Amino acid sequence: MTQPVLELSGIRKSYGTHVAVETVDLSLDPEEFVTFLGPSGSGKTTTLMMVAGLQQPDGGTIRLGGAPIERLPPYRRDIGMVFQHYALFPHMSVRKNVAFPLEMRGMTRPVIQRQVADALELVGLSDYGHRLPRELSGGQQQRVALARAMVYRPALLLMDEPLGALDKKLREQMQREIKRVHRERRISVLYVTHDQEEALTMSDRIAVFNRGRIEQIGTPSELYERPATRFVADFLGDTNFFPGIVRASFDGYCHVDVMGCPVEAMAPASVATGAQVVVAVRPERVRLQSGPGLDGRLIEIIYLGASRRSVVRLADGGDYFVLQPAGAAEAEGPSPGAAVSLGWDRQHATVFPG
Amino acid sequence: MNPPPDRRALLLVPAVLVLLVAFVGPVGWLLARAFTQPQPGLQNFQAIWQRQGYLQVLWNTIEISAMVTPICLLLGFPIAHAMATGSPRLRRWLVFIVLLPFWTSLLVRTFATVILLQRTGPVNALLIGLGLTAEPLPLLYNMAGVMAGALQVLLPFVIFPLHAAMVRIDPAYMQAALTLGARPMRAFFRVYLPLTMPGLLTGATLVFISTLGYFVTPAMLGGPHQTMIAQLIQDQIAQFGNWGMAGALSLLLLLVSGVTLLLLHVTVGLKAAAR
Amino acid sequence: MTGDGMDLWRRLRGLVCTLVALYLIAPLVIVVIISFSAASFLQFPPPGLSLRWYVNLFHDPAWTDSLAVSVQILIPSATLATLLGTAASYALVRGRIPGAQILGAALMLPIIVPAIITAAALFGVYRGLGLNGTLTGLIIGHVVITMPYVVATVSSGLRTMDPRLEDAASTLGAPPLAAFRRVTLPLLLPAILSGLLFAAVASFDELIVSLFVSTARVRPVAVQMWSNIRGDVDPTIAAIASLCFAFAFLALLAEGFLRRRSGTEGQR
Repeated sequence: MTQPVLELSGIRKSYGTHVAVETVDLSLDPEEFVTFLGPSGSGKTTTLMMVAGLQQPDGGTIRLGGAPIERLPPYRRDIGMVFQHYALFPHMSVRKNVAFPLEMRGMTRPVIQRQVADALELVGLSDYGHRLPRELSGGQQQRVALARAMVYRPALLLMDEPLGALDKKLREQMQREIKRVHRERRISVLYVTHDQEEALTMSDRIAVFNRGRIEQIGTPSELYERPATRFVADFLGDTNFFPGIVRASFDGYCHVDVMGCPVEAMAPASVATGAQVVVAVRPERVRLQSGPGLDGRLIEIIYLGASRRSVVRLADGGDYFVLQPAGAAEAEGPSPGAAVSLGWDRQHATVFPG
Repeated sequence: MNPPPDRRALLLVPAVLVLLVAFVGPVGWLLARAFTQPQPGLQNFQAIWQRQGYLQVLWNTIEISAMVTPICLLLGFPIAHAMATGSPRLRRWLVFIVLLPFWTSLLVRTFATVILLQRTGPVNALLIGLGLTAEPLPLLYNMAGVMAGALQVLLPFVIFPLHAAMVRIDPAYMQAALTLGARPMRAFFRVYLPLTMPGLLTGATLVFISTLGYFVTPAMLGGPHQTMIAQLIQDQIAQFGNWGMAGALSLLLLLVSGVTLLLLHVTVGLKAAAR
Repeated sequence: MTGDGMDLWRRLRGLVCTLVALYLIAPLVIVVIISFSAASFLQFPPPGLSLRWYVNLFHDPAWTDSLAVSVQILIPSATLATLLGTAASYALVRGRIPGAQILGAALMLPIIVPAIITAAALFGVYRGLGLNGTLTGLIIGHVVITMPYVVATVSSGLRTMDPRLEDAASTLGAPPLAAFRRVTLPLLLPAILSGLLFAAVASFDELIVSLFVSTARVRPVAVQMWSNIRGDVDPTIAAIASLCFAFAFLALLAEGFLRRRSGTEGQR
């Protein structure tokens, strides 16, 4: 079993009475790409700052390559960090920026020159060495920041919402760039973002943060298909939450009464009969059927280009969504105003306490 | 941020030491004299209260400061406004014209004002030439002289806080007022002017407090009826060696300044003013 | 915005601006002109032009001595004020010190408290220490008076600098001293030089503290000017005043240049 690159145990931090990070336990394997995902104020950035050494934890340990580092200042930790607004030194050229960490490590001139050229080539900016940061576009600046953080081959690369300041097209391009660098250099990455699509496309594993703790860690598909808590189900992708009462509970699944209709769903934890719950089902797993099921009325069909979203109003007056790819939707399907009913397969539904 | 805050605090020590040893200490010593020289007690304050001459000077000081302040505000307001809303070129020129006297020594400017206002000086020559007066006007060694000299020096103290406040006013406010039916003049008095109030009050306080402590201006441009408290303090030390009285007068001066600053803090807030 | 009110206001404003501008600049211009006067009294306009008052300035030992004293005070006090003030500013803005705001305000006290009080206080304390009439006494006094200018300027410069730059340097392996030297200092240099300029001009112009602490033998230019103005006046005084003015003018230009270099123009 290879040793993890990073281990966080019992990390916590408060500012006065405000608890920023309640408790965090996590381990990162070599070459893994782990993302901290969550809304602002959830503690993900604070945790990253503690790994970097720019903030001090109130308790817990941080081990980098097996050795505890929580007492070390940032300049003695073997990490590289990319900031949201790049933090390139404005008075130094691109080349000088990238050379900076090597100079701090006392390397000789020829070695530095070679490694800087290497790093610039890695991010595709070989001809930009003499330029100043203010002469570069946002995407270029971010690539220089990446080169600078990686040129000295740190054990761990930290990225604090690095693409937040870029527009959508550029962001997607940079996401691919970062993944490419991650694969080529085989470096371990700890990435922070609030954008769940970004997390899903880039990560080996995602840690979902909420109110200072990690609600679930897992691969993107684990988190998406098998959310452990209501928050995770809600934060990642779209989810329908059908309110209901448990009628019968079995091993791993249960029968629930939703607005008078019997449905089935998976139960990650055992639920008591009579308990109030919500049944979480992704819109793309809900079927529009004409047979028995949850009865409702089709209100409208929203055109999304590659897919169609059908808005269905149920007996409780709430609007629920069904997502179908364009082809399936255009085939014989109900029109707005029609009576429809909803159904799904048990393994695509999960109950959470309601 | 590493290193722990303690280490950086050490950087403060030399400056704070100098402040304590060479400023707070001596000033404290001086103020203490008020209560200890020539004998312990409050005699110095009693003496001030009883001496007509002293009270007159105190009154002069406050009167001059109180007269200079509104004039400064009236003259400074249009300039600050032109700086805030005019073209960048106009603003650069105005900033330069206001900054230049600000950087020039008080002595040089006051001296220049003497030359300007003397009986054979250019101002009188201009007035006579324009036929506005037959005889040269006495513009020096009286209130007019002190006003003229003080205004020169004090205008930047009004213009900069006012400008800072004006620049922060969102033009949308005036636009909204106009679309809501207010004529420009009314919009100005009901919307714009109140919004400049923090800057106005800050500028007024700065001018008032500065003028209270003036020494060079009344000494060079004023007559005996314009003697101010700073000159009195200097007299007490240089002529009479009366440190107790000097301390008492200094304490009074500080008290009045302190009360004015307190008023500012209560109305505007010192943090807001500091910006 | 059109309307009778606005036009009238604009014209009035223009008038006031022009008058005030003249009023602020005219005296200085007149002094400069008189310094070149051929007459030996302060008549304006001067009957003829001549350089004799400037020549007189550099031949009169009273003036050359006082100029020497001014320079001997200015260099050490401006340097000290800048060193101490910069260190204090860095501690206040970047260090997490409780009560930093109060300390910052306290450091500003010497320019808020009327100069007469500071002057009298120093004079009184110096008497016991024998520091009156000494360069040391004058230098200490000038450091006290000019340090607040440095603190204000450098603090402002630090606050406009991205604090993340120092964090980045740290994560890249720079210990605090190296981070300061390679990142903070180069970016802060315009503000520090501005502060130095302010301190230098303030020291050169300083009158009241110098007035109390000086003696007939050891006095800076400002005090010499003061005693000259009270006595018999000839255009030599206008010449020295013009030189002071020129010094301020150049300093102002330099400061504007520095501010543009650090990219904070428009942030007066």
